[in-house]
Amino acid sequence: MTLNGWIQIALFCAVVLALVKPLGGYMTRVFSGDRTILSPVLGPVERGLYRAAGIDARHEQSWLGYGLAMLGFHALGFLILYAILRLQDWLPLNPAGQAAVAPDLAFNTAASFVTNTNWQNYGGESTLSYLAQMLGLTHQNFLSAATGIALALALIRGFSRASARTVGSFWVDLTRCTLYVLLPLCIVYTLFLVAQGVPQTLGPYVDATTLEGARQTIAVGPVASQVAIKMLGTNGGGFFNANAAHPFENPTALSNFVQIVSIFALGAALTNVFGRMVGDERQGWAILAAMGILFLAGVAVTYGSEAAGSPVLNGFGLAGGNLEGKEVRFGIVASALFAVVTTAASCGAVNAMHDSFTALGGLIPMINMQLGEIIVGGVGAGLYGMLVFVIVAIFVAGLMVGRTPEYLGKKIEAREVKMAMLAILCLPLMMLGFTALATILAAGLAGPANAGPHGFSEILYAFTSAAANNGSAFGGLSGNTLFYNTTLAFGMLVGRFFVIIPALAIAGSLAAKRTVPASAGTLPTHGGLFVGMLVGVILIVGGLTFFPALALGPVVEHLAGAAGQTFATGG
Amino acid sequence: MLTELRPALVLLVALTAITGLAYPLAMTGIAGWVFPAEAAGSLIERDGRIVGSRLIGQSFTGAGDFHGRPSATTAPDPSDSAKTVPAPDNAANSGGSNLGPTSAALAERVKGDLDALRAENPGQPVPVDLVTTSGSGLDPDISPEAALFQVPRIARARNLPEDRIRALVSAHIEGRTLGLLGEPRVNVLALNLALGDLARK
Repeated sequence: MTLNGWIQIALFCAVVLALVKPLGGYMTRVFSGDRTILSPVLGPVERGLYRAAGIDARHEQSWLGYGLAMLGFHALGFLILYAILRLQDWLPLNPAGQAAVAPDLAFNTAASFVTNTNWQNYGGESTLSYLAQMLGLTHQNFLSAATGIALALALIRGFSRASARTVGSFWVDLTRCTLYVLLPLCIVYTLFLVAQGVPQTLGPYVDATTLEGARQTIAVGPVASQVAIKMLGTNGGGFFNANAAHPFENPTALSNFVQIVSIFALGAALTNVFGRMVGDERQGWAILAAMGILFLAGVAVTYGSEAAGSPVLNGFGLAGGNLEGKEVRFGIVASALFAVVTTAASCGAVNAMHDSFTALGGLIPMINMQLGEIIVGGVGAGLYGMLVFVIVAIFVAGLMVGRTPEYLGKKIEAREVKMAMLAILCLPLMMLGFTALATILAAGLAGPANAGPHGFSEILYAFTSAAANNGSAFGGLSGNTLFYNTTLAFGMLVGRFFVIIPALAIAGSLAAKRTVPASAGTLPTHGGLFVGMLVGVILIVGGLTFFPALALGPVVEHLAGAAGQTFATGG
Repeated sequence: MLTELRPALVLLVALTAITGLAYPLAMTGIAGWVFPAEAAGSLIERDGRIVGSRLIGQSFTGAGDFHGRPSATTAPDPSDSAKTVPAPDNAANSGGSNLGPTSAALAERVKGDLDALRAENPGQPVPVDLVTTSGSGLDPDISPEAALFQVPRIARARNLPEDRIRALVSAHIEGRTLGLLGEPRVNVLALNLALGDLARK
């Protein structure tokens, strides 16, 4: 670890923190339906959309109506994306002549993008046409991100309203988020990326003759417009197979820095939206503080481990840390920071190959996802995931002192706690259940590329990433098989919707409650005591579940590596 | 049913058209107009031919050129499309080795490359980026140390004084952005093009 490394990390934190209030204020205005600086331009578009769709912007939905609208919208989006992937060879904008995507891969990819996972079993430049990337993937990047934010808003309204039947209008939240937040930011962001060297063209792949006289086919395409939303919307699906490690997705140290910031920007700002909407910004900062503590701990471990390097390679007299799978322009610190950020949020973009990280360096991304990606988290998803943990923490605190727990003036009762536990428990069920299944079936064991504990880690990482809707991978796993395509897609769908629906149910039941005034016995939820309590509950409830599985993978590998042991495949 | 379906259908179609077509197409138009070279892929032309992209690593194996990092990219096996064969710097199929820290295959590969480099420039520590593959397999850069490490070999092969080549490397070092971000690096293609010009003079 170097001083410059920590300065890069500190600068990153400072920029993200500086963006929290301005972005939070802007988003609060957008989602409260107030006029914003963009209203003169976008207002007519917005009203036109509502008219065409027959939507009354003032009509709000109950939590059930909100949830059903969201599910119906996703079902349609899923079908359209699946159709585009299956028919891409018949559709225009396919200069590389890509064939139709196979049914199981198309199912996996459609599930992956609809759930904001963006798991890459597809190969990007070697599988998809330009049309599939734009019309299929880019639009789902927008809509799945907007949906995440919409759902977080529904839950926030559950806390901020009293004796209410409705939690907002899904259609209005979705439209306003897309038009006022995501699209304008992406337009500026795209141009910045192109200026840095990210291609944005519909021209065919370039044939170059290298200085040695060999032919090099260089894949290009409308890359920048997709990279912008994949970062800002914490989607993470790459235009190219190598994702943000590819020089065309992430050409410079500056583009890399902006990309890491953009992964966290909206998610962090949503804590401020939460604070503003419940009428006490300190509540938002307290949640962000709990996220920050967990984040910095993760960064320290991953950066430290990557900077120390692999004991096996160091044994050959190499120094300078673990650079396998990393790019020179980013080096150790920017790669380690990216890995922690992308898994803390549910982004899943990678600028280095996590599969080649040291054992402990790869352990942190896994833990980040297993905790449910509540450290800033996916846009929206991180906040509602965190609020679910807040409810459990409040409940535990209530048990300790023997009072009915309350949060922001709402009594937390059996129904909310049950729903919160349901949302929390579905993740380990998917992650550990499918990992166990894959390790006893031949079709599952055929996947890993590495032998020994690292092979197990590859499987565990895959199902963890899928259920957490992250999408990053230990990429050595051959995931494009019938078994993995279907099980991973199933894990993604359950991991998304079985968290969303309980979260919405909580929103509905909280909105209906009366607000009780704070009394001397109320636990203040904006101070250090509560933040510490919350971090503890997250680590104990969320973390301990996974400890045995992690012990079999990264922990064993760390010990074996320290002893100089290696594992050969097929031996 | 239809009243619930209409908002879903209309919004999906309209927002898809906006975000999936209008947005990328408008961006393509604007980017191609404001930043034509970058939008097309930062291509480098020499004598009317495209010799590569400034951002994409290409394979150099000759003793008289600077070598980039090892690349783990693959291509479909021509004799069996279900399999792949190694194809370094394949810019149509990016990817890393995905070998883990306790992989015997990784240890073997690194050991082999290390021995070759140590034979080439005995007594000097081998920079780690010269024996590790990048995440994309297309890393256009090497560290300044990795470039300097190769200077004696190139000087011998090209019969040029080491000092001049070292000066060339120094002139091509890009520092950290704002003095802070990323790592110092040297673009291999740009360096080799300059080296070719130097040798011709």
